[in-house]
Amino acid sequence: MPIDLPTGSPPARVAFYNDPKIRSIAYQVTLCAVVGFLVFAAVRNAVDNLERAHIASGFGFWNNTAGFDISQTLIQFDSATSSYGRAFWVGLLNTLLVAGLGIVFATILGFIIGIARLSKNWLVAKTAAGYVETIRNIPLLLQLLFWYNAVLKALPAIRESIVIPGGIYLNNRGLFLPLPIFKSGFGFVVAALAVGVIGAIAFYVWARKRQEQTGQQAPIFSAALALVIGLPLVVLALAGFPLGFEYPQAGRFNINGGIEVLPEFAALLFGLTIYTAAFIAEVVRAGIAAVSRGQTEAAYSLGLTAGPTLRLIVVPQAMRVIIPPLTSQYLNLTKNSSLAVAIGYPDLVQVFTGTVLNNTGQAVEVVAITMAVYLAISLTTSLLMNVYNSRIALVER
Amino acid sequence: MTMSEGDLAVTEIRFVRGTTLAAQPAPMAMTGAIGWLRTNLLSSWFNIVLTILIALLLAWAIPELVKFLLIDAVWTGTDRDACREIVQHREIGACWPFVWERWSYFVYGSYPIPERWRVDVFFAMLAVGVFWMLWLEAPRRSLGAIYFFIVLPICSFILLTGWRAIGLEPVDTSLWGGILVTIVVASVGIVLSLPLGILLALGRRSHMPAVRLFSVIFIEFVRGVPLVTVLFMASVMLPLFVPEEYSPDKLVRALVGIALFASAYMAEVVRAGLQAIPKGQFEGAMAVGLGYWQMMRLIILPQALKITIPNIVNTYIGLFKDTTLVFIVGIFDFLRTVEVSRIDPKWATPVTSTTGYAVAAIFYLIFCYAMSRYARAMEARLSQGDRR
Repeated sequence: MPIDLPTGSPPARVAFYNDPKIRSIAYQVTLCAVVGFLVFAAVRNAVDNLERAHIASGFGFWNNTAGFDISQTLIQFDSATSSYGRAFWVGLLNTLLVAGLGIVFATILGFIIGIARLSKNWLVAKTAAGYVETIRNIPLLLQLLFWYNAVLKALPAIRESIVIPGGIYLNNRGLFLPLPIFKSGFGFVVAALAVGVIGAIAFYVWARKRQEQTGQQAPIFSAALALVIGLPLVVLALAGFPLGFEYPQAGRFNINGGIEVLPEFAALLFGLTIYTAAFIAEVVRAGIAAVSRGQTEAAYSLGLTAGPTLRLIVVPQAMRVIIPPLTSQYLNLTKNSSLAVAIGYPDLVQVFTGTVLNNTGQAVEVVAITMAVYLAISLTTSLLMNVYNSRIALVER
Repeated sequence: MTMSEGDLAVTEIRFVRGTTLAAQPAPMAMTGAIGWLRTNLLSSWFNIVLTILIALLLAWAIPELVKFLLIDAVWTGTDRDACREIVQHREIGACWPFVWERWSYFVYGSYPIPERWRVDVFFAMLAVGVFWMLWLEAPRRSLGAIYFFIVLPICSFILLTGWRAIGLEPVDTSLWGGILVTIVVASVGIVLSLPLGILLALGRRSHMPAVRLFSVIFIEFVRGVPLVTVLFMASVMLPLFVPEEYSPDKLVRALVGIALFASAYMAEVVRAGLQAIPKGQFEGAMAVGLGYWQMMRLIILPQALKITIPNIVNTYIGLFKDTTLVFIVGIFDFLRTVEVSRIDPKWATPVTSTTGYAVAAIFYLIFCYAMSRYARAMEARLSQGDRR
């Protein structure tokens, strides 16, 4: 820093140990040395300890035969031939399945409750507030155990299954749904759906363009509904309903056929959805409350009615506030899905950090791989979030 | 009409009231209970439908809950027969005798019975410390901080683990359990995470690249992975990283995991507070000649921590709920003692699980709700200065 000193006296020199630059370098060198020593000591101890316990190291176990069964597999998995690596993918897909579905349901429920908290209807607002306060203050693990042990496992046994009309069975072994079977000719329906979606997008683009040029509005919503849902239904009827169902068959001790939804999966999905929805509700409420009343009033004075005001003025501004914390709630949900291990749903942590770790004993590698997966998901999401944030951030002058 | 202005003024006005009318009460339908109902519950058709649906839902759920917890509940008994529908020939709600019998296990775990007074003393000391810290008008609060952060941890450690020299039998941590472990894990997390979090937050805002890099890597790494994997790492990898003879016991491993996890979250909370402090405060502190630590201790941190108190308490609520996860690495916290008790054959009834979970839920609900009320009160108190 240039400082004007009185002329005559020589510039005061600080002792070298008081020089901020030298100090900062000294601190950093010390820190690096300490961390380096700790890492070195940890690695040496780990090598010693592993050798003493006769545990192999390295990732060679990846291709070894697993030799255990997994209760829910989205890809082919066979205990006799499949490898640990295959088990990893099964676990990862199960994690992604429950997290993906959980995110969809939690978003829907969370938005409904968040908006309900701002409702002018006293009863609705108070009920929503009660929901949020209760659910947020009870640990997720307790909720999962409750859903699994006290609700789903307490359902009747297979012989006394609850039969829901439409060939659905509910019992303590899970939920059994009819499996749709696509007969020949169903391809036409899929094609019709594709045509409908493309048509709806094209119609939307055309309608927007026309509105910008002429000011005339087109019924976008009903047209899109007709194209995306109506068209495939019509084709389905014309093709003579080429769709069958494989109904679950109830035996004495077992139910065969159909889709089986494990109680572990259902409990985890339930728990994650209900828990995260309470947090999303708070995010949504805060986001909408952050849009100042003047915006709504200005929209009304321009002649907009309640619907378009919400759709065109309030929601776009609220989304800017809602999206960053919403993403972190999505990440929390994904990370919380690792609690599956407590109720035995075969997610990544249960399969890999649980069974594979116990079978191989290779704690370092297994835990490192598992952490790397979650870390990759988190970092990718935050990276995308930052890009999105910089795009929608307010440009202030 | 063709009329001059003068005509209108004189001839057309026939009546002018000379006095002000007394204000009339608002119409019956807009005030009182009816008005409240109309504006709050029945303002539109959609609202009427919503009100009816929610009222039906509540009318079903609340009586069911009261019936289960109180009306149909069993209050006395010695074993499972008291709570079985087949034996009692009536509808059975919560099975409270199960909780009465198991309560001491829920609180102390397997802590030796003659030594349990030590746990009670620990709870009492902790309660004193917590009240001293939370009650803002309490006398000698600086002494309270010393008590809470230095005296209490040392005394509790000696009291709970034991020390032969002063006549306290050592108690192995594998015998600890229940609410004791939940409180110990939560307190250690709370006491350690704040200073560690502050250090990490300062490191992340440091001008030294190496310090910043280590802080960022640590914070982002820990925040990017689930607590379950951190606990797994602490319980299976930590013993590998230290020489065999120093291998920490199970509870200490979990405590290390929880403390590291909480401090990464705390670091981000504190960093947000630091960012809210205007640059002039730093410059002013440096201008009066304060060094880095003096500046932080006397000028920056008091302001930054003050505005983050609500968020710090929210982090503590999350930490308190997260203590249940030590369950997964085999430590007998409160939830685990409930989980173990509910499958005890002596009390095997269809309602035992629900009763156990209800007790646990009420316990966590009370603690977390109290903390969140405190955070909200602090928020209101702190924003008083900003209100005009």
